Amino acid sequence: MSTAGTLLPAVPRAARPRPAAPSAGRAVRAGVRDVGTMTAREVRRTLRSVDGLVTAFAIPVAIMLVFVVIFGGALDSSGDYIDYVVPGILVLCLGFGSAATATAVAQDMTSGTIDRFKTLPILGAAPLWGHVIASVLRNLASGVVVLGVAIALGFRPGADVLGWCAVLGFVVLTVLAFTWICAAAGLVLSVDATQALNSVFLFLPYLSSGFVAVGTMPAWLHGFADNQPFTPIIEALRGLLSGTPDAATIWTAVAWLVGFLVVSIALGSLAYRRRTAR
Amino acid sequence: MEQQTGAGSATSTSHPMIEVRGLEKAYGDTTVLRGIDLTVRRGEIFALLGPNGAGKTTTVNILTTLVRPDAGTVTVAGSDVARDAARVRELVALTGQYAAVDGFQTGEENLVMMGHLAHLPRRTVRDRAHELLERFDLTDAARRPVSTYSGGMRRRLDLAISLVASPAVLVLDEPTTGLDPAARSLLWDVVRGLAADGTTVLLTTQYLEEADRLADTIAVLHDGVVAARGTAGELKALVAGDHVRIAFDDAASLAAARDLAPAAGLRVVEVDERGLALTTPATDPVATIRDALALADQHHLALAGVSVVKPTLDDVFLAVTGATTSTEDHR
Repeated sequence: MSTAGTLLPAVPRAARPRPAAPSAGRAVRAGVRDVGTMTAREVRRTLRSVDGLVTAFAIPVAIMLVFVVIFGGALDSSGDYIDYVVPGILVLCLGFGSAATATAVAQDMTSGTIDRFKTLPILGAAPLWGHVIASVLRNLASGVVVLGVAIALGFRPGADVLGWCAVLGFVVLTVLAFTWICAAAGLVLSVDATQALNSVFLFLPYLSSGFVAVGTMPAWLHGFADNQPFTPIIEALRGLLSGTPDAATIWTAVAWLVGFLVVSIALGSLAYRRRTAR
Repeated sequence: MEQQTGAGSATSTSHPMIEVRGLEKAYGDTTVLRGIDLTVRRGEIFALLGPNGAGKTTTVNILTTLVRPDAGTVTVAGSDVARDAARVRELVALTGQYAAVDGFQTGEENLVMMGHLAHLPRRTVRDRAHELLERFDLTDAARRPVSTYSGGMRRRLDLAISLVASPAVLVLDEPTTGLDPAARSLLWDVVRGLAADGTTVLLTTQYLEEADRLADTIAVLHDGVVAARGTAGELKALVAGDHVRIAFDDAASLAAARDLAPAAGLRVVEVDERGLALTTPATDPVATIRDALALADQHHLALAGVSVVKPTLDDVFLAVTGATTSTEDHR
């Protein structure tokens, strides 16, 4: 039987008022608090790891410098190439930045952390939403840095205030969609396998109109390049940034992004409920 | 306090804290649990003892709402794990096999995070964290990233995290695997203290010694069923009684003793060639020792020592599972 009176002091109990009757408002407030707590955790993860900071800031800026400073002159000596390529680089960076979420989620799955979260009386999807919202914040910060560098290098966006609001909204939607794809993938892939997502987000944009016009590519690539989602996504952002948005392109891009978002939230939530670590 | 209220209502009725009835679980073609029944009283330390693959972790995962059972029921303080998972999650805290703490956060941040997730009043979260850091001797390391902690410190923090919300039931899945003896002993003390304070503790272990030293009730899990259950004493009573072990200085004496023993009324059940000893059952150990000494005297055997061997949980384990205790190899 328990030998009470061990040399150690007893573990004190938590101060905890008796909860009032459950109500919808209370549940919503608790859910918001859960997501906020999880977001703070993920923001810390990024800020505390050299790898996270390099991925979020150094690599996007490096990609920008490579295209504008090194390739820019060869691709277009007039100097207008920067206005063409910045939207492509931005979208590429948003994808690359979102892919880090897959690795973080996969790490949580293998470390038993998700198991512990799942045993808590919290909003079920809060850990995933924490990953996703932290990714939005991280990518917005890195997007601002990339845009700042671009402007310093001579990028001249033509958007007005309303246009910039649209850019912000579009970027948030893009990151939400990319990150949910990655979060869902992180639930089912090993930590190593999630690294492959980086390459997908790093290379697929090249096979779009983001960096060179599709017409300059070999004919057999046209079908893919014209119809893959990165083309309308980058074209939509290009239109919004230059102040000449094209409604049809934007709707195509939004349709792709919302489609990705809905499917990956559904699959991700299902995988999250089903899966326990190990 | 919510947990105390919850636990109190559990005792005032005749409900046990944890009740498992006819629990079954299979993953594909692999049947893990084949109908488990368990009853855990409030404030008790209950050990699920078994080798790897016996179904311990699956049972724990069902109890902590991570996995849904195929058949049978599991209730915690009357709440069903499948139908009322939210309530069960408020009552039960899990410390898993691997220290589930964030290396990139400090010890304090890990605890504060769990305080928020437990929905403690905001202004008390930090105080609660400091209370537990002090209790688990982690105050000096509170502001360091957990990635710099030793294995023992991580386990302590892991346990502290489970206790943030003062759970009514603490589930420990192989809590001392990989711990050094000092850390293990400290953890045992903490568990005893919690139980004395009214917390119900269910732990899994493959260490017979741990179950023997710590648990009020032990269930031996083997191949998906409860092969035996009871207090350590009751389980030991299941196997034959005391034995006497007679050790010699040389192999010649051992061989001679083995040949001469039956004539002296000693039934040899085991010959340990390496330890130069033989073992004989002893309903009356004093009489058996006297016989052994007389035998050695009479034939001038080089006697090294005589000792009484009490049955161990090891013997119980062997008896109820029919398995070899490969678990001891992992120590």
